[in-house]
Amino acid sequence: MGHPSRTPAGAAPAAHGTGLDAASDPRGVREGAASPAPSRGRRRAALLTCGMAAALAALCLLSAGLGAYDIPVGDVMGSLLHRAGLGGAPLDRVGESVLWNVRLPRVALALLVGASLGCAGALMQGVFGNPLAEPGVIGISMGAAVGAVASIALGLSFLGTWTISVCAFAGGLVTVLLVYVLSRSGGRTEVVTLILTGIAVNAFAGALVGLGVFLADNAQIAQIAFWQLGSLAQATWPKVLAVLPCALAGLAVAPWYARKLDLLALGERPARHLGVDVERLRLVLVLVVALLTAAAVAVAGVITFVGLLVPHLLRMAAGPAHRFLVPGSALGGALVLVAGDLAARTAAQPAELPLGVLTALFGSPFFFWLLRRTRRKQGGWA
Amino acid sequence: MSARALRSFLARRGGRRLPGPVVAGSVRAEARSLHVRLGGRAVLAGVDLTVRAGEVVALVGPNGAGKSTLLAALAGDLPAESGEVRVDGLPAGAWSAGELALRRAVLPQTAELSFPFTVGEVVRMGRAPWAGTAAEDEDGAAVRAAMAAADVAGFGPRPFAALSGGERARVALARVLAQRTALLLLDEPTAALDLRHQEVVLRICRERAAEGDAVVVVLHDLGLAGAYADRVAVLHEGRIAADGPPARVYTPELLSRVYLQPVDVIDHPRTGEPLVIPRREG
Repeated sequence: MGHPSRTPAGAAPAAHGTGLDAASDPRGVREGAASPAPSRGRRRAALLTCGMAAALAALCLLSAGLGAYDIPVGDVMGSLLHRAGLGGAPLDRVGESVLWNVRLPRVALALLVGASLGCAGALMQGVFGNPLAEPGVIGISMGAAVGAVASIALGLSFLGTWTISVCAFAGGLVTVLLVYVLSRSGGRTEVVTLILTGIAVNAFAGALVGLGVFLADNAQIAQIAFWQLGSLAQATWPKVLAVLPCALAGLAVAPWYARKLDLLALGERPARHLGVDVERLRLVLVLVVALLTAAAVAVAGVITFVGLLVPHLLRMAAGPAHRFLVPGSALGGALVLVAGDLAARTAAQPAELPLGVLTALFGSPFFFWLLRRTRRKQGGWA
Repeated sequence: MSARALRSFLARRGGRRLPGPVVAGSVRAEARSLHVRLGGRAVLAGVDLTVRAGEVVALVGPNGAGKSTLLAALAGDLPAESGEVRVDGLPAGAWSAGELALRRAVLPQTAELSFPFTVGEVVRMGRAPWAGTAAEDEDGAAVRAAMAAADVAGFGPRPFAALSGGERARVALARVLAQRTALLLLDEPTAALDLRHQEVVLRICRERAAEGDAVVVVLHDLGLAGAYADRVAVLHEGRIAADGPPARVYTPELLSRVYLQPVDVIDHPRTGEPLVIPRREG
């Protein structure tokens, strides 16, 4: 949407005939008063929020119950209520152990990782002013994985259970900054530059991960292979606790910047003219993106396309205003990942599909469609 | 880190200096022996310009003379190599981004948008600087008035990207008007517009000046500048070659020299305003 709008003065009719018609929306034909649009968007946003929250709650219960050892949803509720001291009844010993030591940490982890990835995607697209930006696509997830792999392969443990998270954060941060510096020119990020930078960064990070594998022993290699596929199979409560602060900090800060991200859609200078300290905004949000991505990657490995798909679908459904998009993407990301993990666990029972493979399987065609659409709008890659 | 960012974010919101009432004829912005260098080239080489409340100042001159650079400098976008820019009595750099946004609004040459916001949402963005102040109450009224003035009142629910170039320019203008600042800086607001809308835009400038605001507008059309501006500043190679009422500035000698194109200046037979006509011989 950004680039075709740079119509040179006076060339409006020509531009109208080529790129813009494809971009025009059927809504454009409808004329009316100025007020209905925002309120309609807000109503949709409220509906979507309620719908996603309800679906998420239902899926969480379902996911906690389904698996090799089935627990009826009613019993899951009962056990939850019992532990919360609100009545209900505990399960038998095996059921209780499966639910509380295997299923629930996994659901909790899926929630955290999904919310982090969805939110990071929405922020990233806003900061870059580019709907194709996503932590996985432009290489930040891989950068964080390099940090994690390095800490495993080199046997680092200077911060205890936090070591992998901190290394993942460092790797992610360095990569975000690198991509940001490399892919910008004249205050804008062109799609092609961004994607190509992502390819280069992913290739380099892949090489570093390969180096880590080469240096690692057999036990470490098994651990590293897990990063590359992306999975929630090793979920435990300590892991949940290890990412919780990172994810919550990122998710709590992000919505404060929603209105400023809206203004950034006008371009950097106009945003500054409207009172946004653009440099500061960028710096804070890049840090938040690195934090969220690192949180996700540290426990689940590389899970791509969630941050691309979710904000996009929500933008199509309820408009691009970030006040809904940022928290909505967190909610939607959690929903997608809980559903994805449930599918990964149960689709090929008793075997388990790697979650990262599953999201890529569905995400890649969507990404391809998005590329085609963007290209059609721009009338080719400028 | 996040907690600190949050705290300072809140602190800055509370600690902003709000603009006081504007005194008629007071200086809204000025450039003092301003030198600006861009990409190694001296684009402005000693510019003095004062803009007062209640006047429309037109910046004209050939391509590359430094009009847009001067406008950007007055907006506080560009660092001065030497000299200074003052906005509302203080050096531009002494204001925070949020404080400047309460004092001046800027219309860029081209209107861009990264995401499919509707026209109504884009115009409402102009109210963002006033969030958290008493003026927030007039958001709705300011947006409606601005959209009516820029002749885009019926465009509210339409996606910005589906508009033509001229329509986008008017929506961008509505956003700038909705900001309701005492200083308006407009960079070629008429470039993409048809004849009627060019007149509409300059009438808006006059109305805002009559209400006590200061307006600086970059124009290519000397006729428009002559008809609507109180003062015309002619830029030439990074300097101000002339600055004054159109009738005094528009001389064939000056304009022919600055534009490297011989011109005649004649008075309109009915209104008497100066008309600039290129001399086309042979």
